[in-house]
Amino acid sequence: MLDVVITDPLFAVEVIFSGLLSGIMYSLVALGFALIFKASGIFNFGQGAFVLFAALTFVSLLNMGINFWLAVLISLAVMIAYGIAVERVVLRPLVNQPLIILFMATIGLNFFTEGLAQTLWGTEVHALDLGIPDVPWNALGDATGLYLSVFELVAAVIAGVMVVALALFFSKTRTGRALRAVSDDHQAAMSVGIPLQHIWAVTWAVAGIIALVAGMLWGAKLGVQFSLALLALKALPVLIIGGFDSIEGAIVGGLIVGASEKFAEVFIGPYFGGAIENWFPYVLATIFLLFRPQGLFGERIIERV
Amino acid sequence: MIYREAGQFKTSYAADEAIFPIIQDRWFVAAILAIGFIAVPILGNDYWLGSVFIPFLIFSLAAIGLNILVGYTGLISLGTAGFMAVGAFAAYKIATAFPWMNFLVVLILAGIVAALVGLVFGLPSLRIKGFYLAVTTLAAHFFIEWVFTHFGWFTNYSFTGVISSPPIEMLGFVVDTPESRYIMTLSIVVVLALVAKNLVRSELGRAWMAIRDMDVAAEVIGIPMLKTKLLAFAVSSFYCGIAGALWAFVYLGTVEPQAFDINRAFEVLFMVIIGGLGSILGSFLGAGFIVLMPIAITNGAAVFGAAVPADVLSNLELIIFGALIIFFLIVEPFGLARLWQVAKEKLRNWPFPY
Amino acid sequence: MNFRTLALPVIAATAFAVSTGGQAFAQAKEQFMPINAYWTGPYAAGGSAFGGGMIDYFKMLNERDGGINGVKLTWEKCETGYKTDRIVECYERLKKNGPTGMTLFHPMSTGGTYAVFERAEKDQIPVITLGYGNTAGSDGRVFPYLFPALTNYWSQNTAKIRFIGSQEGGMDKLKGKKIANVHHDSAYGKETIPILEAQAEKYGFEVKHYPVVHPGLDQKAIWLQIGRQYKPDWIILRGWGVMNPTALKEAARVNFPRDKMVGVWWSGAEEDTVPAGPAAEGYIAAGFHASGTEFPVIQDIIKHVYDKGNGELPRERLGSIYYNRAVVWGMVSAEAVRQAQDMVGKRPVTGAEVQKALETLDMNAQRIEGLGATGLMPTFKLTCADHEGGAAVKFQQWKGGKWVQISDWIETDQSMVRPMVEAAAAKYAKEKNITPRSCS
Repeated sequence: MLDVVITDPLFAVEVIFSGLLSGIMYSLVALGFALIFKASGIFNFGQGAFVLFAALTFVSLLNMGINFWLAVLISLAVMIAYGIAVERVVLRPLVNQPLIILFMATIGLNFFTEGLAQTLWGTEVHALDLGIPDVPWNALGDATGLYLSVFELVAAVIAGVMVVALALFFSKTRTGRALRAVSDDHQAAMSVGIPLQHIWAVTWAVAGIIALVAGMLWGAKLGVQFSLALLALKALPVLIIGGFDSIEGAIVGGLIVGASEKFAEVFIGPYFGGAIENWFPYVLATIFLLFRPQGLFGERIIERV
Repeated sequence: MIYREAGQFKTSYAADEAIFPIIQDRWFVAAILAIGFIAVPILGNDYWLGSVFIPFLIFSLAAIGLNILVGYTGLISLGTAGFMAVGAFAAYKIATAFPWMNFLVVLILAGIVAALVGLVFGLPSLRIKGFYLAVTTLAAHFFIEWVFTHFGWFTNYSFTGVISSPPIEMLGFVVDTPESRYIMTLSIVVVLALVAKNLVRSELGRAWMAIRDMDVAAEVIGIPMLKTKLLAFAVSSFYCGIAGALWAFVYLGTVEPQAFDINRAFEVLFMVIIGGLGSILGSFLGAGFIVLMPIAITNGAAVFGAAVPADVLSNLELIIFGALIIFFLIVEPFGLARLWQVAKEKLRNWPFPY
Repeated sequence: MNFRTLALPVIAATAFAVSTGGQAFAQAKEQFMPINAYWTGPYAAGGSAFGGGMIDYFKMLNERDGGINGVKLTWEKCETGYKTDRIVECYERLKKNGPTGMTLFHPMSTGGTYAVFERAEKDQIPVITLGYGNTAGSDGRVFPYLFPALTNYWSQNTAKIRFIGSQEGGMDKLKGKKIANVHHDSAYGKETIPILEAQAEKYGFEVKHYPVVHPGLDQKAIWLQIGRQYKPDWIILRGWGVMNPTALKEAARVNFPRDKMVGVWWSGAEEDTVPAGPAAEGYIAAGFHASGTEFPVIQDIIKHVYDKGNGELPRERLGSIYYNRAVVWGMVSAEAVRQAQDMVGKRPVTGAEVQKALETLDMNAQRIEGLGATGLMPTFKLTCADHEGGAAVKFQQWKGGKWVQISDWIETDQSMVRPMVEAAAAKYAKEKNITPRSCS
């Protein structure tokens, strides 16, 4: 199959471009993980469930006949409230516990959120139409031979906007800078008067917002259903390659994972009976880690005895 | 007053090195074993033996395996289900290729195959740490899953890819009733748990714990990183492999990659964390919690749940399960094993407050 | 936080729940049916309809006829989450319920079928798998307690190729055509590969297999290969869960015509097409039953169950593909019991009696009409050797937001399927040292 790259280079380019766009879609989910990890060092296993909860809330409101933007606002409010509630009920009693305990708590949170989302809104599959057609952009296709999906191009723009907004938030706002201080050292940050709990509440609320954006876009792509919670597994290799605590890394990691996994599946997969997409990104991530154990953009790990 | 070591003097090195140095502990373990081997098979019915105790025992074994890696050596792994699958498929291949072989030998060989695979996938642990390592073990998981789905050789070219496990035969005795399957599983688990308990008290076990507490420091005092970490992976995978083979042969009766999906890996990790990191007893407690809890919630809800629609009921189960995990972590972050310790401390002084 | 005050009630409640669970409620004149389905997890959208539909049918029988010949049907739900180990647990928990034990068992998953059928044979409980399960089980001589009735995957596949042939204008026109088989990368997905290849050889078409990794959230790599490189004439979709709507969307994205895509019945329900939106328009799927609420049996369910407010599901799900499938499952289960009563008397029957009844079950047009299900399901007849019946398959197309029937019942090609089934069964029998029973 590799000879196709030479005989049909345009096809190879299309595969890579489609992959890049898929990668951006993974990044959307990965952003939520990266944000929480950056601010608190917690790997939030429940982020996938958050995506599901947000998307189900939104689509159920729409189905009740509520206006689109009103539904967006209500869902935002719900996600922010949920994020703050998580901080209150789950994280506050667990401050200063080892990270693995906090990780475990997010696993409990994951089950809780999955159950809550489906108890409230049911288990049926819902269609979600954001008004952005998921069809090839024919004008571009006819001009260049690359038939890319309009929907994914829009999603890529949204992801870009989110990353810029988050980057500005972290570097320019007072809360953002406090977040970075907290992520460096909880105790040091607290000792200079940064309110840790307030900061965490903000982080989890923002993670809820990211989950809503990811949930809306993925929900429009797949239909709003339980499988959205499984997106977490697609986001993990993205996070590793980019570095758990890096917002830019989440995007770059997504691009690398998307393009390489599509390329591998199309051109290398057929030699092995195909379907290598599930493990290929993880193996790639492992190879990356062997050279940079903190991921591409992660903070350098310094060990002292 | 009940639980007191006063007056129990150690007069020999052997006594000092005993697994359970306190007589009450020895009695307690003996009582548990007696209940396990005698009372449970007599009192339990098919359902309890076959569908509650056997899964509990098998998961305990897997949890011990993972605890060696996570709890004792500090290497987080999500490859457990993959290694269990290796054990299951290895046992299937060995048992169908040599039908005359004693099942125990098949199990041990399957465990060794899993250990070798674990060794290979443990290699990145030399450089990668923490959550990053957890995710690279996922690479192992997905790769193993893919291999078993894609190469017909592992399923003896079955048309459908799901295979039913061959009958278990030992010394001319067919193990097929719930009682005999239970006794066999219990014996295997007890022996392997004792081995693990001794292993973590050995030089190797102490080296593991040194690495867990601070690997740079451990290296400085001369603990060989390569050998010790890889041995942890190998021993852990050996346990998981045997657990996987038992899961396929003794519980499910079928061998399929889907039985070892990623949720299984998470499930075993929950057991280890809820039970208590770095505790063999904790592995049993954690497995008990995770296996019994959904069944208890289902049955409990069924008692007064007639009015609740089925889909709500099932999702309530998820909510309760999640809430309980969080609740236990808040109450006792170090797991059920720590609760047990606290209880023992209390018993020591009881009825006096201190 | 004080642990004792908080934990004790929890532990006490748990102990109570464990100790009271799994009780049998023995009463006479009752026939116990286990209902395991999945109300949670990635496949819950379908699973909730399966459980609900079967219960609705049983409720209707109890309400309208007072059960089956005066024997009331009882049931208990068991949540499996579509997980094999939970299915085994459900089986073991429920098997002793009711005065005669569990009547029969629907595992509702292929993996679960493999895990329970050997136990079930020992316990003498027939395992019925309508539209899924172990294809080799169609050979009743080797698998006495396994009933993959109506149509198994291989038979279904031959009907599908016949349908494609008829669309092309005759089976001889298939020569030189290209078919892409997009399948779920699992035992279930790969099951039809051998029969497809055998047919490719017979009819001279070309087939290429494209595995989609579970859960199939992103399938671009496969669809680019199909749409840009292979460019097949037809696509067979053998998916499950979220893989299906995604596949339809991806097909739209590479501009592959949806009316050249034919799905298996696990890829052809509203749950698969609705989320795909306009991308699903024109897509075709096989079915061993029809959708719609116009059948008298569904009307009876509405009248006797839903109008009294006892329904299990939201009303709008009635008549959907998965709902009607569950009703068909309920009908076959109930008819097996009725048949057994005809043989042994009007009393609660045991699993062994139901097994004998199933082997003589003849769902002819008259009987189906009596059930009020003409057009809903095909006719079929089971025998001791043939546990499948090789029933015909119908094709439906997704048009304007609902499934429309576009073909008559298309017969399956048993001359191809049966020898392969027997070969697979013989292989199994040899592995397990089973001597097939004689059916003459």
